[in-house]
Amino acid sequence: MEHFALWLSAFLTLGILSFLYKDNPWYKLSEAIFVGISAGFWFVTLFWDNLVGKFWDGWQDEPMLFVGASLGFLMLLRLVPRIGWISRWPLAFIVGATSGLWLMNYLASNIMVQVRATILPLFSTSYASGYDAGWGAIISSLVIVVGTFTGLVYFFFSKEHKGAFGGAARVGIFFIMITFGASFGYTVMSRMSLLIGRMDFLLGDWLGMIG
Amino acid sequence: MRREIPLLITAIVGIGFVIQYFIPHWPFSKMSDWFSDWFSIVGACAIILGALNLMKVSVEKTYRRKEDWGYAAVIIASFLLMTIIGIAEGRGFRNPGTSFDWLYNYVYIPLSATMFAILAFFVASASYRAFRARNFEATLLLIAAFFVMIGRVPVGHTLSSFMPVGWQLSDLASWVMNYPQTAGQRAIMIGIGLGIVSTSLRIILGLERAHIGGGK
Repeated sequence: MEHFALWLSAFLTLGILSFLYKDNPWYKLSEAIFVGISAGFWFVTLFWDNLVGKFWDGWQDEPMLFVGASLGFLMLLRLVPRIGWISRWPLAFIVGATSGLWLMNYLASNIMVQVRATILPLFSTSYASGYDAGWGAIISSLVIVVGTFTGLVYFFFSKEHKGAFGGAARVGIFFIMITFGASFGYTVMSRMSLLIGRMDFLLGDWLGMIG
Repeated sequence: MRREIPLLITAIVGIGFVIQYFIPHWPFSKMSDWFSDWFSIVGACAIILGALNLMKVSVEKTYRRKEDWGYAAVIIASFLLMTIIGIAEGRGFRNPGTSFDWLYNYVYIPLSATMFAILAFFVASASYRAFRARNFEATLLLIAAFFVMIGRVPVGHTLSSFMPVGWQLSDLASWVMNYPQTAGQRAIMIGIGLGIVSTSLRIILGLERAHIGGGK
């Protein structure tokens, strides 16, 4: 069974990698298996965790869970075209809940916390690390303040980017390009790490060429 | 009725979540617990609806023998295999040694990891086009990406090992990530936050109606 599992994994891995040559039946077969298995995986996981774990196990102690189950049932009516419009009710619930939750969470974490973290003392980036009056700490703190402020100026489109405002926006785009470059590099490294993992499987676990 | 009830549900639930943030006590705390539980159940049903819809489309494609119907049949077979095994195995479906766990480890994991791994090649080809230093902004992007990539691998450390500590490639990569990258990221995050706050307000107040089909 262990051998079969290794060969099956290798077959599917090479099937996906074969797309690098061109779109072909082996890739399409692997892709179709991936789609079906993924859908099945999430179906089973959510069935046991949310429908059974949350609703079925809890409705005796909390009858209000029936409201959630009813909304969930109404969502499935989307599959019946004649009365599919009822599925807007649970959809409205999801959209309302997400809006209410995100309104406060983003206000707190993405705006208030980030603004607070940007207002830094020049002589030390952290009181915990002790007093630091080195040029490195001062420049680093200034980079954070100037970069965040000018980046926000760049995103402000209600005023034409001319004069001093335009100059600040131009500095802002420099910082944003550095951010994109760094994020790009980071993404490349994470994808490479996954690729190394798959190569390690093919050459090590499957073919036994590396110890 | 088809528009008013969804708008009312959106407003009540949205305002409920906002109020419980400021008053985390009964009855708002209880209401928040209910909404969170309902959210999990409805969210699960939405994913299940997506899976069932995938089946509906695939069955129709297979039944009518449309182009590439064979792959649609493979999707149906894979879905049924994973679902039947997972349901039949009961609550312990994730336990090591189960058939569901076997399918997860030897089919799902290799496929998903390889699917994301091949993006490395497409990213490389995209970077070849994007990383031509045509102007100052593109050069900044190139330099930042270069330092982050070279500073995170052992060869980068070896190449700059003669430099004083604090000026080696790995140190420069960390500085780029911690300061200029953080500053730009923070500006983007604040911008996204402001956008989400204003859009959420519009949705709760009923000004944004795309989720119920749009219109007045």
